[in-house]
Amino acid sequence: MSAMTDPPKPAFRLSQLIYDTRYRSITIQVVAFALIAYGIWALVSNTIGNLADLGKDFDFGFLGQSAGYDINQMLIPYDNQDTHGRAALVGIANTLLVAVMGCVTALVIGVLAGVARLSKNWVVAKLMAVYVEGFRNIPLLLWILLIHAVVSEALPQPNAFRGADPSASMLLGDSVALTGRGFYFPRIGFTNSLSGTEAVAPREGYTAVASGGMDWLVILGVLAVSLVGIKLIRNRASRIQESTGVRPTTWYTQLGLLIIPTGIVLTVLGATIVTPYLKGFNFTEGMFLRSALVSLWVALSLYTGAFIAETVRAGILSVSKGQSEAAAALGMQPGRTMSLVILPQAMRVIIPPLISQFLNLTKNSSLALAVGYMDVRATLGGITIAQTGRELEGMLLLGAFYLTLSLVISGAMNIYNNSTKLMER
Amino acid sequence: MNKTVFLGALTVAGLVAASASAATLDDVKERGTLNCGVVTGLAGFGAPDANGVWTGFDVAMCRAVAAAVLGDKDAVEFVPTTGQTRFTALASGEIDLLARNTTWTFSRDTDLKFDFIGVNYYDGQGFLIPKELGVASAKDLDGATVCIQTGTTTELNLADFFRINNISYEPVPIETNAEGQQQYLAGACDVYTTDASGLAATRATFEAPGDHVLLPEIISKEPLGPLVRHGDSEWADIARWTLNALISAEELGISSSNVAELSAAPTDNPEVNRLLGTEGELGAMIGLDAGWAVAAISAGGNYGEIFEKNIGENTPIGLARGLNAQWTDGGLLYSPPFR
Repeated sequence: MSAMTDPPKPAFRLSQLIYDTRYRSITIQVVAFALIAYGIWALVSNTIGNLADLGKDFDFGFLGQSAGYDINQMLIPYDNQDTHGRAALVGIANTLLVAVMGCVTALVIGVLAGVARLSKNWVVAKLMAVYVEGFRNIPLLLWILLIHAVVSEALPQPNAFRGADPSASMLLGDSVALTGRGFYFPRIGFTNSLSGTEAVAPREGYTAVASGGMDWLVILGVLAVSLVGIKLIRNRASRIQESTGVRPTTWYTQLGLLIIPTGIVLTVLGATIVTPYLKGFNFTEGMFLRSALVSLWVALSLYTGAFIAETVRAGILSVSKGQSEAAAALGMQPGRTMSLVILPQAMRVIIPPLISQFLNLTKNSSLALAVGYMDVRATLGGITIAQTGRELEGMLLLGAFYLTLSLVISGAMNIYNNSTKLMER
Repeated sequence: MNKTVFLGALTVAGLVAASASAATLDDVKERGTLNCGVVTGLAGFGAPDANGVWTGFDVAMCRAVAAAVLGDKDAVEFVPTTGQTRFTALASGEIDLLARNTTWTFSRDTDLKFDFIGVNYYDGQGFLIPKELGVASAKDLDGATVCIQTGTTTELNLADFFRINNISYEPVPIETNAEGQQQYLAGACDVYTTDASGLAATRATFEAPGDHVLLPEIISKEPLGPLVRHGDSEWADIARWTLNALISAEELGISSSNVAELSAAPTDNPEVNRLLGTEGELGAMIGLDAGWAVAAISAGGNYGEIFEKNIGENTPIGLARGLNAQWTDGGLLYSPPFR
């Protein structure tokens, strides 16, 4: 027996870093890392150098200074003496509002259009094809501007509602006014408002009404308790059904629980419907949906809806034909087949690209200023930068905001995705 | 063992660290054109004509500087800027000079790191409103919807004015004058507010200018002037003294029609001679030819000629000289002496 000896180990040579596959990948990674690090360093040092040349510093102190400008749509209280930081928050709230509204309607439009495009009805299918291709293939900015132009030019201005013989009139029993500046709807006011600070009479001789946040909190709280109660009733009914086989009739208790407590609260608070009316230059009172918000919302929904429709169509087509045939064999109607068999399976394919579409819609909402909608890009990224000259700081903050928002949306949608995806054992 | 030759080539994109250079004059001369920031379109002040040639009161300032520095009034690259993009464009070095009815304020001069080189139009903020609304005073505008250009001083003045008078308004933010005009005519706002000169210029382009009135209130001081980046005093001097040359030329009676004659040989007036380079070394002191002022004045005429041709009473815009008359005529134009 001869002793086994290790083969001689060759000494490490520098050329192995390039020619030896064992080391080459490490070399490439080190070089790539060094280049990226150099690139970042060059950008940062160049920026610092340029700022120093211009005599500018890097300072976020401007966020605490008085903004001085007014914002038309305020979801949180704001005054032109408040800070730039507060103005940015008002803009963020407006961005979130249009993003949420847009995502919901885009999803509804997208699912309907996606299903309809697969319809056996030739006209419906082709109409949806025209919608999808038309919106998908024309830049969003054009759609926003077009829809805004239609809204603001085609609809009458408040002035047209004035006079003895007005050229325009309000709809639905003088309660809704559609003007080029926006849509005015009736709102709910409370004569016994809990916050009650801004109680004003809608017209001379009327009782003062207000609508504070406290009132709505109380109403929503009562409604939530009612819903919990309804859930308990249903659970009890299910238990009885499981043990006895007979489900007790509960619809009237459910309905009563839903309506009566909320109704009592509304009556106690003195809820009244306040309709908008002309006063001075504009309509006043009522709920005001600005034309900028309407056109941005409609454009974002239709544009993103077209993409979602394609995603939905792909998802439906990915479900094998045997599934719908099996459902038909069991005697299911086409509508129930779609909602109970096809769509739940299609969701697995639909949701991941749907996340991207929601992110796109949120980011595209930054085109808002084109129609004068004051989102965060218009307040922090526009007026604040122009008034304070803090381009770099403002843009960095804006970037951080959109990044955070996108990651939050993406994270939430991923949780939902995990709950619907196919469980493999 | 076969030796393989490692052929992977890494292409390194050279990061050209283009730092904003301090010597703007050298850059402009080397480039052969002046990059001048102007409005996106405001009749009389800066707008392309039917042939695509930029004309206007502020544009003439760009052309005068280009003529003084490069000897060619057409060696200008016009960069249209909005109220929001103008300062970034100037600070980043994209433009060398911003001549875009920009109000000279403390914070813009200091905090934003710009140098205003003078005032070429003394203005104030006004309100334009349709006659049919029957409003006689800006104080009657409670609840009105107001179109306002974002990122401007007028936006801040507006907020202050309504606040001081304790009345409310609904702002409609717009980005350019063209957008403001369209929104105002569509009735999306009751009132359009900006500098009174801009309102006059905008109204002049309406189909029926007589249906719209300027309210009597002028709610702010708006000294409009060209500006350059802070930190390059040589370049600021050139722009400043080009403007002064145009103002002095009017005062001294030098116009585009007689400038060639006056500069051909020294005249009896030593200040005219110094300005036109037939005496002294003023041009060399700012790093330009002796004939720099002759070129600047020849480009579009003196201040008075530029005013009359673009926005004066015989134009559709029809602005009177008012505060913008020479100090000898009771106005505020007062150029330091050329000495």
